[in-house]
Amino acid sequence: MRRFARTALALLALVFAASALAAIQDENADFTEKLEIGISTDEIAITSDFRGADLTIFGAVDGFDQSLLAQGRYNIVVSLEGPKDNATVRKKERVFGIWVNTSSMTFELVPESYSLSSTRDIETIAPPGEMGNMGIGVDHMRLVPLGFVGDGSNLGEFRNAFRRIRETSGVYERDPGGVQFISSSLFKASVRLPANVPNGVHVVRAYLFRDGVFVAAKALPLRVVKTGLEQFITQAAHQQPLLYGLMAVLLAVITGWGASLIFRKE
Amino acid sequence: MTIYLPIAELSVNILIILGMGAAVGFLSGMFGVGGGFLITPLLIFYNIPPVVAVATGANQVVASSISGAITHFRRGTIDIKLGTVLLCGGLAGATIGVWLFSLLRRIGQLDLVISLLYVVLLSTVGGLMLWESITAMRKAAKNQQTTLRRPGQHNWVHGLPLKMRFKKSKIYLSVIPVAGLGFCIGILTSVMGVGGGFIMVPAMIYLLRIPTNVVVGTSLFQIIFVSAYTVIVQASTNYTVDIVLAFVLMIAGVIGAQYGVRVGQKLRGEQLRALLALLVLAVGIRLAIELIIPPKDIYSVVSAGFGF
Repeated sequence: MRRFARTALALLALVFAASALAAIQDENADFTEKLEIGISTDEIAITSDFRGADLTIFGAVDGFDQSLLAQGRYNIVVSLEGPKDNATVRKKERVFGIWVNTSSMTFELVPESYSLSSTRDIETIAPPGEMGNMGIGVDHMRLVPLGFVGDGSNLGEFRNAFRRIRETSGVYERDPGGVQFISSSLFKASVRLPANVPNGVHVVRAYLFRDGVFVAAKALPLRVVKTGLEQFITQAAHQQPLLYGLMAVLLAVITGWGASLIFRKE
Repeated sequence: MTIYLPIAELSVNILIILGMGAAVGFLSGMFGVGGGFLITPLLIFYNIPPVVAVATGANQVVASSISGAITHFRRGTIDIKLGTVLLCGGLAGATIGVWLFSLLRRIGQLDLVISLLYVVLLSTVGGLMLWESITAMRKAAKNQQTTLRRPGQHNWVHGLPLKMRFKKSKIYLSVIPVAGLGFCIGILTSVMGVGGGFIMVPAMIYLLRIPTNVVVGTSLFQIIFVSAYTVIVQASTNYTVDIVLAFVLMIAGVIGAQYGVRVGQKLRGEQLRALLALLVLAVGIRLAIELIIPPKDIYSVVSAGFGF
């Protein structure tokens, strides 16, 4: 009986924790402010001349405190997060004079692209602990290693390497001035979709902070899809791989044969 | 001007790809090689994922070998029977090769193995060819006769059992070394994205002592089928053949090849071989340097979808 009671208590605590977490996810109950966002499109098409895209997100803060707003105490962070996939970081070492991948670590379900825009540098918006809890920003992104990682002493170096490489390759970026208030309650944010953007469902997230405390958040999906020929080719390659391979060979045969017919003069 | 590659999933400058295709086509027309050993490293240098570069390179090899093979077929310089034996070994090799490719990709050593294979093969073949052509040039300068093949000389290969008569080549040879050569080339085709002509031709001439006049045509015959098979298998197991990239390369390649052939006809055989040797060595050395010098970043990131 006592055991049952304990289990029930534990369950109850779990339910509370979960609901508390859910509340944090969306709206912080202690505040009256409400956040609304909108994007001009919910779908971005990758065409043959796709060179990346800039996305503008509009938003409004309702129920704000006039005096706090005037003092610039409200801050907004907007992120565009790409589809998630496992990513492996490999480390090279010199073995017998040549550089060889010797160790690796796989991080579970990390976004393929991440663009962050904010009213100012996110480190000055809220204490790192708060940003860390919410997982906002490249430095606070959750990087959970997959499988056995030994004593975990090298976890830090692999995490840092991952962040650095993703940032230098341009798929992770931040713009600490990308969110601007255009009127007292309306704001505009711009985030960038890199040219080598992965297709799939991206998520636009906006977070409102007051005096360094998280107030509200809103999320919207954004679909990035290949269109026309690109879409057709990808689909064929994955759904009819044998036929696709045969087509690729046929194309090569026609091109090679055609060339030998066209240029056959001697 | 950019073009989006649907399988590699990135945007590239179409002019650079066209330039690469044309340059490699020109060289392959000039030297009578497929050009796979040039196109795959070039694509990798240009940040195309190695898995896509290898599979797409094999597709380009099909196109560039076809026109050459047609010419040889018209001239009757293909030994179909010999080619078929080579092909049997080749198809088996390519099957093992694609399996090996997937395995290496999974354990993260594909890039290393590709680079090492290129370095070893290119520097060996390049070095031997350079040495041979310089000797030939010296002899030509002294007005001596040069022979690529020393008929009548036999080596251990000719003592093997399972002999078969190849009428067109006028030789009586065991099928073991022929199929074995095809097998090795098949592995190289699927792992490296090359046709393998630059290894097969010297091996057929020096090791199997097959008459030079049928060697190139017969090797092209085998290359077409093994590369085509590799493309189909890569497409159905790794989904890494980028048809857009392949098409751009092919078009530029076959046009470039026509001009290459014209330039090639103006040069002497041994000069041509010396130049090709230098080119092969240069690619090999470039890749060797990449392995030896400390990399810019000792870490690399690949996502589950791609990479190696």
